[in-house]
Amino acid sequence: MADLRNKYLRHDKKFPHVWCPGCGIGVVMASLIRAVDSLGIEKDDIVLASGIGCSGRMPVYVDFNTLHTTHGRSLTFATGVKLANPDLKVITVMGDGDATAIGGNHFIHAARRNLDMTAIIINNQIYGMTGGQFSPTTPYGAFATTASYGNVEHAFSISELAVTAGASFVARGTVYHVPQLDRLIEQGIRKTGFSVIEVISNCHVQYGRRNEMGDPVTMLNWMKKSAVSVKSAAGKTEAEMAGRFSIGVLADLDKPNYLEEYDKIRQRAAQNHIRVNEESTEGKC
Amino acid sequence: MAVKDSGRVVLLQGNEAVVEGALAAGCRFFAGYPITPASEISELMSVKLPAVGGTFIQMEDEIASMGAIVGASLAGVKSMTATSGPGFSLMQENLGFACNAEVPCVVVNVMRGGMSTGLPTSPGQGDVMQARWGTHGDHPIIVLAVSSVMDSFTITVQAFNLSEKYRVPVIILSDEIVAHGRESVVLPRPDEVEVVDRITPTVPPEWYIPYEDNSRGVPPMAPFGSGYRHHVTGLVHDTHGFPTEKPKEVGDFMARQFRKVTNGAYEIQMTRRFLLDDAEIAVFAYGSVARAAHRAVLRAREQGIKVGMLQLITLFPFPKRAADAVLRQCRAVLVPEMNIGQISREVKRVNMSAKVLKHNRIDGQGIGPDEIYEELLQM
Repeated sequence: MADLRNKYLRHDKKFPHVWCPGCGIGVVMASLIRAVDSLGIEKDDIVLASGIGCSGRMPVYVDFNTLHTTHGRSLTFATGVKLANPDLKVITVMGDGDATAIGGNHFIHAARRNLDMTAIIINNQIYGMTGGQFSPTTPYGAFATTASYGNVEHAFSISELAVTAGASFVARGTVYHVPQLDRLIEQGIRKTGFSVIEVISNCHVQYGRRNEMGDPVTMLNWMKKSAVSVKSAAGKTEAEMAGRFSIGVLADLDKPNYLEEYDKIRQRAAQNHIRVNEESTEGKC
Repeated sequence: MAVKDSGRVVLLQGNEAVVEGALAAGCRFFAGYPITPASEISELMSVKLPAVGGTFIQMEDEIASMGAIVGASLAGVKSMTATSGPGFSLMQENLGFACNAEVPCVVVNVMRGGMSTGLPTSPGQGDVMQARWGTHGDHPIIVLAVSSVMDSFTITVQAFNLSEKYRVPVIILSDEIVAHGRESVVLPRPDEVEVVDRITPTVPPEWYIPYEDNSRGVPPMAPFGSGYRHHVTGLVHDTHGFPTEKPKEVGDFMARQFRKVTNGAYEIQMTRRFLLDDAEIAVFAYGSVARAAHRAVLRAREQGIKVGMLQLITLFPFPKRAADAVLRQCRAVLVPEMNIGQISREVKRVNMSAKVLKHNRIDGQGIGPDEIYEELLQM
């Protein structure tokens, strides 16, 4: 791991990092680095984009081409980068609020569009950096600084939303199940098309403390207890799955991706272009 | 119309001429969201860009469009979006990002009348101050106004060139009259168009300091994927691109932003002088109103009134030097605008002695030559 640290982190620049002791985001960053390393992708060929929030700081620490964008918009910037240079491996890292509240529209349309990118969404069920306000994934009844009486809104599942919106590859992992997370991120990056890896993570400081899980170990135990493999979840009733979530690959589809489709447009346009030019030459007096 | 040997005569809309200008300037990426009266720019881009190997994408909204063109520019491709008032409002946040991260890009705002959804197919010039100050925070920006179909071509080329040269977003303000009006124009051959490209670093990657100051105040810009790995952020950053809150670094960063545009004022601040040499009164106008003013000035001259016009192509940074000369010479200046007086306040701000009069329409109607002429008779 020391070798990977030296190879991939901006160790001489921006450490120590801003994350709280025990935060799950560092685990995700390490998984991402191992995935990139095992795939053998050159650092120069990767663009890591993020939005705003705790997860948004990851690009500062990793020695790729990095892009820390506006809140919720990282997928839009990433779309431009990928289309301008399709040779780049474009990965975005977002939080649950970043990706599915302010960035919800971009998220569903990125999935629908199926451009070849990878979205890692770190779901800690809370707005951490801004002080623990509830997010679209905060469970019903949970407490937050803007839900002091208990959350009356209903959470949605990021992964299921991604499947419905049409992403090519959708997986859910946790920061407790690390070897599996490494594999899921690797699969996601390898996949051609829009891939989503939702990572259940712990914000014991802003979420856990208010919801009787005030330290990382308790939260990791909660993940261990609540996570059910996709396979065994399929055999369970809704009641048996209440308060639990599935982990593993939820969708892995082969469908035309935007870049392939757009290349066809370029070919058609090139042929059409010749015809247009001929017409305009004929029409010239 | 006289036809230059090399040029091609075409009948174009203002919006179509913007597309031709953008392509001639080297634009190869366009992201947009349809909105009247700017949609023709998207439509034509969707036809023409793929034919030249570029990319058009219709995004889910204007916020996304602005994000996408910034991303594409960071990857080294000249990029543009086009919109109208409501969409322009949505773009402001990511426009600020482009300012902060010094990402060249061009935003066309075909202004329409009214506030909010306003008057979708009527002209207006109400977005002048939004173009200047719409995004939050102190920032320099370049705002250009087009008054004709030919302008829509040449000024769009200029917009790209200035954007690349100074690493700032450039906003082109068009209006519904220019955008939808058709005129016969002579477009130059592609090789006759002067095109400026951003400067890229030549030092070894380990020497590259992405936001290092230099005599121009404009650091070389390395596209993502070129081997110069660096960090880009919307946070105020040090010369290496990493967030900083150190007052000295923040101050230096902000000062450089303004300095680079101030230093370039001579070429950035474009104006056209018309019959001003002996003028005692003057009209300051921009956009479609400049066409009407031109006509009104000619008619007033026929009546022996010593009047001239200063057409403002660059609205911001406000062309103070060109305006000063006229304001010192003339006893009175008329500023007709399709807003409540956004540029007339700029003129008053830099004015020393002349009387500055306004003529405004905010009823969704264009300003015609007659009404400007009538005003001139009163002066």
